[in-house]
Amino acid sequence: MSTATATTTGPTTTSAGRLAALGRAELTLLGRSKGMLVTALIVPLLLPLSVAQTLKEDMLAKAGVTMGTSMLAAGVGFAMLFAVYSALTNIFVARREELVLKRLRTGELRDREILAGTALPAALIGVVQCVVVAFGCMAMVDLEAPKALHLTVLGVLLGIVLMVALAAVTAAFSRTAESAQVSSLPLMFVSMIGSGMTVPLEVFPDKLASVLELLPASPAIRLVRGGWTGDLTAYEALGAVATAVAWVVIAVFAVQRWFRWEPRH
Amino acid sequence: MNTDDHVIEVTDLRRVYGGGFEAVRGISFAVGRGELFALLGTNGAGKTSTVEVLEGLARPASGSVRVLGHDPYAERHHVRPRIGVMLQEGGFPAELTVTEAVRMWSGCTSGSRPAGEALELVGLAKRSGVRIKQLSGGEKRRLDLALALLGRPEVLFLDEPTTGLDAEGRAETWELVRALRASGTTVLLTTHYLEEAESLADRLAIMHEGQLAVSGTPAEVTALQPSQISFELPDGYHLGDLPPLDALGVSSHDVAGRKVKLRTKELQQAATRLLLWAQDAGVELRGLDVRSASLEEAFLQIARDVKEEARQKEKVA
Repeated sequence: MSTATATTTGPTTTSAGRLAALGRAELTLLGRSKGMLVTALIVPLLLPLSVAQTLKEDMLAKAGVTMGTSMLAAGVGFAMLFAVYSALTNIFVARREELVLKRLRTGELRDREILAGTALPAALIGVVQCVVVAFGCMAMVDLEAPKALHLTVLGVLLGIVLMVALAAVTAAFSRTAESAQVSSLPLMFVSMIGSGMTVPLEVFPDKLASVLELLPASPAIRLVRGGWTGDLTAYEALGAVATAVAWVVIAVFAVQRWFRWEPRH
Repeated sequence: MNTDDHVIEVTDLRRVYGGGFEAVRGISFAVGRGELFALLGTNGAGKTSTVEVLEGLARPASGSVRVLGHDPYAERHHVRPRIGVMLQEGGFPAELTVTEAVRMWSGCTSGSRPAGEALELVGLAKRSGVRIKQLSGGEKRRLDLALALLGRPEVLFLDEPTTGLDAEGRAETWELVRALRASGTTVLLTTHYLEEAESLADRLAIMHEGQLAVSGTPAEVTALQPSQISFELPDGYHLGDLPPLDALGVSSHDVAGRKVKLRTKELQQAATRLLLWAQDAGVELRGLDVRSASLEEAFLQIARDVKEEARQKEKVA
């Protein structure tokens, strides 16, 4: 290829470079949005404390779980729901409605890079919060050291990937940033109550608990908690990973099928 | 197929929207390397629907589109690093500064110019530290153009680049587009400003209701249309008192009250004979207006013709 025009100077872009460029811009934007900062940084760290007030030691003892792992589950769960899922649903809708996504699609970024790059800062904040929560629980509520840390890490990562994909799905069904706050509520409610974040699944009757274990956020929380205590058998861990992966596959399919890159006309 | 000859090739392109609306109804055209091609049309004519397919944002319902020898949708990754796109309506995050937006785009653009150079090109260098939400509509269009130029594209798609600009901004953008074309960039431009197409384009096509009504150089398209002579009939005179219209070389005419409009392909001859007649008769032709065919006239005429054709077709059916 030789033309009179192209005396190209800069380097050819790579996927990582494009993700970094987009992620950096999104991080700048996140830093400038007070509402987002509160949702992403403060809420997930404060909410677990209110959970601590409601959990009764005797109930926990009966279910065979400790205050430490309950707080860990709550902290990690809220980080996923608020810092990642809720924040990103808003961001995806806002970028779509201000035609940023459409403009990005005219460039070299691939579709999945646009979503991933936009999600990068929120996902990183989610990870950092999980770490903060873990250390916080070890320091303040006598959480012991983790027995199978790799399962916990796997749970956090699967959970965050799933939350990013579900945020994109939710955004597809929200017309405005305001309505996104409503349309993200069902998953948040269901996850808080039914995925072992605020109430350990062990307190539910067995049959109900085994259904609740199939909810989107349940396997991630199960891996986080079970990895920490070391209570999960290999079979249980595999089941949780399989459920989480299945949800990721379903969510990615839904994104491909329904995600919209520009506002409805 | 030799891509050096045709940078853009569109063959029987149709685009149908979800609701069944057929926005583009089987159009074909080609743009050569280094050529500036303008797609003209009224709002809703299908210009943007066409350009979006060329940019690889949408798939055609049928027909084929090649840009630089590739399918711009299926082979985006081959095409995108070599093209620049300015959408009719593109967005940038309102809270980023101009420089931050350019830096972000630069990280996603192969062979990118330095941010400062791109902003210099479009005259936005002084506004580099300003948040995008504080830019005027015209400044946002310039930023959009800067991003389209960032990768020194071989092919540039400009969808109504001067809409919303003031006269000065429009002139500056035209100057920039001319310079790009002079340096060998192939440009596909859509506009509804006829003078923009007339002054910039090597070739143009007029689009109407999803079809290409006519295409050619601005001179060719204009030459298809008759020139016009209009005036008021002097008091006491009737149309029949004029020299026979055939003899003047007039192809058609309208009379509205005392106002007469004559159309002719031989303007000089018709005007001379009419004026000699007026001199001999000793009358004054008030409101005399003699004008060669313009792109505007061609444009309006095409809109009328297409409507007429459709009406005829309906009758036949």
